[in-house]
Amino acid sequence: MTTDVKARNKEVIEEVLAVYPEKSAKKRVKHLNVHEEGKPDCGVKSNIKSLPGVMTIRGCAYAGSKGVVWGPIKDMIHISHGPVGCGQYSWASRRNYFIGVTGVNAFGTMQFTSDFQEKDIVFGGDKKLDKLMDEIEGLFPLNKGITVQSECPIGLIGDDIEAVSKKKAKQIGKTIVPVRCEGFRGVSQSLGHHIANDAVRDWVLEGAGAAEKLKEFESTPYDVAIIGDYNIGGDAWSSRILLEEMGLRVIAQWSGDGTLKEMEATPKAKLNLIHCYRSMNYISRYMEEKYGIPWHEYNFFGPTKIAESLRAIAAHFDGKIQEGAERVIAKYQPMVDAVVAKYKPRLDGKTVMLYVGGLRPRHVIGAYEDLGMEIAGTGYEFGHNDDYQRTTHYVKDGTLIYDDVTSFELEKFVEKIKPDLVGSGIKEKYVFQKMGVPFRQMHSWDYSGPYHGYDGFAIFARDMDMAINSPVWSMTKAPWKK
Amino acid sequence: MSALRQIAFYGKGGIGKSTTSQNTLAALAEMGQKILIVGCDPKADSTRLILHAKAQDTVLSLAAEAGSVEDLEIEDVLKFGYRDIKCTESGGPEPGVGCAGRGVITAINFLEENGAYDDMDYVSYDVLGDVVCGGFAMPIRENKAQEIYIVMSGEMMAMYAANNISKGILKYANAGGVRLGGLICNERQTDKELELAEALAKKLNTQLIHFVPRDNVVQHAELRRMTVLEYAPDSKQAEEYRQLAQKIHANAGKGTIPTPITMDELEDLLLEFGVMEQVDESIVGKAAAAA
Repeated sequence: MTTDVKARNKEVIEEVLAVYPEKSAKKRVKHLNVHEEGKPDCGVKSNIKSLPGVMTIRGCAYAGSKGVVWGPIKDMIHISHGPVGCGQYSWASRRNYFIGVTGVNAFGTMQFTSDFQEKDIVFGGDKKLDKLMDEIEGLFPLNKGITVQSECPIGLIGDDIEAVSKKKAKQIGKTIVPVRCEGFRGVSQSLGHHIANDAVRDWVLEGAGAAEKLKEFESTPYDVAIIGDYNIGGDAWSSRILLEEMGLRVIAQWSGDGTLKEMEATPKAKLNLIHCYRSMNYISRYMEEKYGIPWHEYNFFGPTKIAESLRAIAAHFDGKIQEGAERVIAKYQPMVDAVVAKYKPRLDGKTVMLYVGGLRPRHVIGAYEDLGMEIAGTGYEFGHNDDYQRTTHYVKDGTLIYDDVTSFELEKFVEKIKPDLVGSGIKEKYVFQKMGVPFRQMHSWDYSGPYHGYDGFAIFARDMDMAINSPVWSMTKAPWKK
Repeated sequence: MSALRQIAFYGKGGIGKSTTSQNTLAALAEMGQKILIVGCDPKADSTRLILHAKAQDTVLSLAAEAGSVEDLEIEDVLKFGYRDIKCTESGGPEPGVGCAGRGVITAINFLEENGAYDDMDYVSYDVLGDVVCGGFAMPIRENKAQEIYIVMSGEMMAMYAANNISKGILKYANAGGVRLGGLICNERQTDKELELAEALAKKLNTQLIHFVPRDNVVQHAELRRMTVLEYAPDSKQAEEYRQLAQKIHANAGKGTIPTPITMDELEDLLLEFGVMEQVDESIVGKAAAAA
């Protein structure tokens, strides 16, 4: 980028900071930066408590566990334990697609809550939880297990959900996982991911009978697990077919369209393939230490990164798989060429500003660039410093970086930088569309998807074109103001 | 009818808050005052001597049975005892589960909303020993109790507790209207107990409202689940409680904003009266073998 852009970005940061009280500005300045090429990270602080008084876009630990990590495990029932609100607002998942019959062997779109009343707060909710588990077992006998997703009051009143879980697991004879993901813990949903990972470790991988279950599993030399793909709009499926076409066997999906049995079998994988590093690096590191399973971060957004990733994954295996990777890349090349030929002329040179969570603030950049688009700014809701280190491989010199951006800052940035597209969440969508800026939701894929893999890229390209080149944007100005 | 007096008894656990308050309130009833006792302790034993029984139907136990506190009628939870003193207990969970503090808040709000305080001269809150969380500070915090009486003795820990409770009162004294009514010293026959209690009262910017001497008749009455006023109305001890009741009755509007003291000041006070000995700093934290 030119020095003009750098200077403008620095100026924009100064402008938003000037509005804050001195104390707040002093804190926020550490989260905003213009990326300098060659630096080890993006030069921003991260994973720090949001400022009181600002509108942050973050979630809570419960959201990180129930909504992200555990929720998509389709054959387990996830109890929102506490008052009804948290369960109501996290009902029906994040569009984690699954195969199964709801209410019979899949429960992802259902909502189970202990619906705490005042008396449960005063007298404790352990008895109610016990009863709820019996009811679940009676009504949905084909469930494979239960998780207890703690809402804030559980931690405040000190309920012993571990004791209840142990007792009921013995009685019912199924896996029951208590998760201490009370919303007040940590600074964002990020700690919820970590807590959920630890619960998988303690109650599934090291749970009762785990070693016996592993012995039953027949493995092959080509077994891999997909870790950190939540199958939003079918992402994991469009990833899985590529791996299978190159000769690998996918033995588990964590956790989109995933099952308890797949989780239990994962220690038999030869390689863990991790897509969302932020939410599942913890369990990957654990499996590396405990079972010696290496893990590999890959990126299935856009053909350039997909090909790079397929080759890197194949390099962990023998010539047969490596050939397979080349065969897959060659097979999809004509399709890629057709997508690029159709959409690149319509999108070339357009600029994008992103503000998302997990891996997307960096991972989707390649897909935009494959279509000739440029990233003007990006930031993480709940990233840590290792995310910002990884981001340096994706962003160009002079890119505006914003960590835990406030709604005020993001609005101002977009107003000044005037990108052709903003990619963020539902809370941001209408603000920017009302400003006349094309927008795509980059958490839920705006009810579209998948965006992963070659099939996903075609849909991604179509969606971005649809957003940016919609004729509606030429009609947002009143005729007398033109 | 004069304005409703809302008083509360606080103090270290086991100091005799419930015994002192029930005897004093019985004496106030003798003076013709209409009284409501609100027990704010999950043990629900704040009204035992007035009712001659432990209250079984607490607000929270009935609420748990009925479904929620909204399902209760005020008559269900009010009991009449000695001299028509109205009694109610918040109740709460057994130790180790749930949130008793939230229970106290729920129970008090229910009583107030349902007119339990109508036509009363006195409402008295008896709060469990250690003010461990916001729920138990509720009578102070929400301006429910306007006058706080701290039951204490000449023992070190009782004085620490009195000072800590004063801190709690100070915290809400300016925002609300809560005042410290005074200290009530329950004699434990420690050295210079009266003088020490008076000195502490002075430091805390309050008064030692009464020094209650030790008398076994209190225990005899308690065995029969009675107040001394009822069990032995002519005894010397009954007279003491009558005096205390009269002093409290005359104390309306005379409460003060306490001036809690630092740990060092408190220890100096204890040293001065010989309750505590000067600590040899060189031995602090050393095990027997090392010394």
